[in-house]
Amino acid sequence: MEYINNIIKILQEYWRVFLITGVGYTLLLSFVTVAAGSVLGVFLCLGRMAKFKPLNWVVMAIVEVVRGTPMLLQLYIGYFLVPKMLPFNVPEIVSIGVALVINSACYVSEVFRSGIQAVDRGQTEAARSLGLNGTQTMTKIVLPQAIKNILPALGNEFVTVIKETSMASTFFVGELMTSYLIVKGRTFLTMECLFIVGVLYFALNFVLTRLLGVFERRLKASD
Amino acid sequence: MIKTENLHKSFHIEGKPPLHVLKGVTEHVEKGEVVSIIGPSGGGKSTFLRCLNLLETPEEGKIFFEGVEITNAKVDINLHRQKMGMVFQHFNVFPHLSVKENITLAPVMLKKKTQQEADEQAMDLLNRVGLAEKANEHPGRLSGGQKQRLAIVRALAMEPDVMLFDEPTSALDPEMVGEVLDVIKGLVKSGMTSVIVTHEMGFAREVSNRVLFMNDGVIAESGKPEELFQHPQNDRTKEFLSKVLY
Repeated sequence: MEYINNIIKILQEYWRVFLITGVGYTLLLSFVTVAAGSVLGVFLCLGRMAKFKPLNWVVMAIVEVVRGTPMLLQLYIGYFLVPKMLPFNVPEIVSIGVALVINSACYVSEVFRSGIQAVDRGQTEAARSLGLNGTQTMTKIVLPQAIKNILPALGNEFVTVIKETSMASTFFVGELMTSYLIVKGRTFLTMECLFIVGVLYFALNFVLTRLLGVFERRLKASD
Repeated sequence: MIKTENLHKSFHIEGKPPLHVLKGVTEHVEKGEVVSIIGPSGGGKSTFLRCLNLLETPEEGKIFFEGVEITNAKVDINLHRQKMGMVFQHFNVFPHLSVKENITLAPVMLKKKTQQEADEQAMDLLNRVGLAEKANEHPGRLSGGQKQRLAIVRALAMEPDVMLFDEPTSALDPEMVGEVLDVIKGLVKSGMTSVIVTHEMGFAREVSNRVLFMNDGVIAESGKPEELFQHPQNDRTKEFLSKVLY
């Protein structure tokens, strides 16, 4: 009972910190990460599938290193390295964002690649046998089919990123987990604050997965 | 129309010795000719056919199509492929497009026809193979035989000079083989130059001007269907025919 009263009190006083700053920054950071990560991921995927072998190897190396090292370590590197590489000052959230985007791009590039490679080779052969060139085949035949494999996986990446942004709280950038640190610091009510933040993360992802589910069913229905 | 000189092709699979599939194939398909290729699996029939429009690149040898050496790297193969229709064992119709769009995509995209001309032609072709009422459906709704008939008219929409058939009935349920063979028969009778890789011996015998028996990467025997089927000269041909004709 005391817990519930405490939670209500915390919410009355600090709801802005959780709902507006916390959720706002988490969503902003996740959205930017997935959007920019997808764009960068397309280029990584092109590099990975290009005919020029050395480019394949460079991209493979980047993807392996990013997938084989902890996210938190990558955030640290971004946090310290990005400001050094730029001639002007950037807010911490940008440095962290850059690291998140690079991380996400590597995962997304593999999602794209497997989505494209899952399209039957016969489709490419049929298109080429009609006289379409490689680019026409890719844009008109392969990609429209690959997109159905890619979009659901991309949605899952969004969910993952929302949870991973919590690591950015190590650098106090203002997202949901940072809200927890701020409010806990002021109220000393650890469990209550954790509970609130947990419910918010869960709610975000629950809504998102439901939306993705609806979207996926629509895609299937269009077959 | 299509001439090959000493074609060689090997497949290289990691960790295995290279597989020498074509060991010097020299052949000449004349305009208007219907050539069937028969022979045991792994003998190089499909690889040879797929080399003709360079879906497989031969490592050695030359291919001439309508007098142009298409194995020359400077030749724009896409232009020549427009003149060579191909039908695959597994149909390879485009599942994300409607039946009509399957047919019109290439002619419109390659600027051979306006969308309207292509639409009209597509309906004509679909009428010919009895699929007109399916024009706006997606291929997922079609049976195997219907898919293969669609694949045939998709290739015809480019108005090719030659048609290549790669085991067009091998993936079909038995009761659907007839409907596809009928379409091919009609096409062949209209004078379309065709090269057909097939396991349907009766069909090969009926429609071809010439039958090639391929075995172990070479054309072991070639002749008129009645000669080759009734009086095979090559021992391997005799053995093969005795196993498949019973």
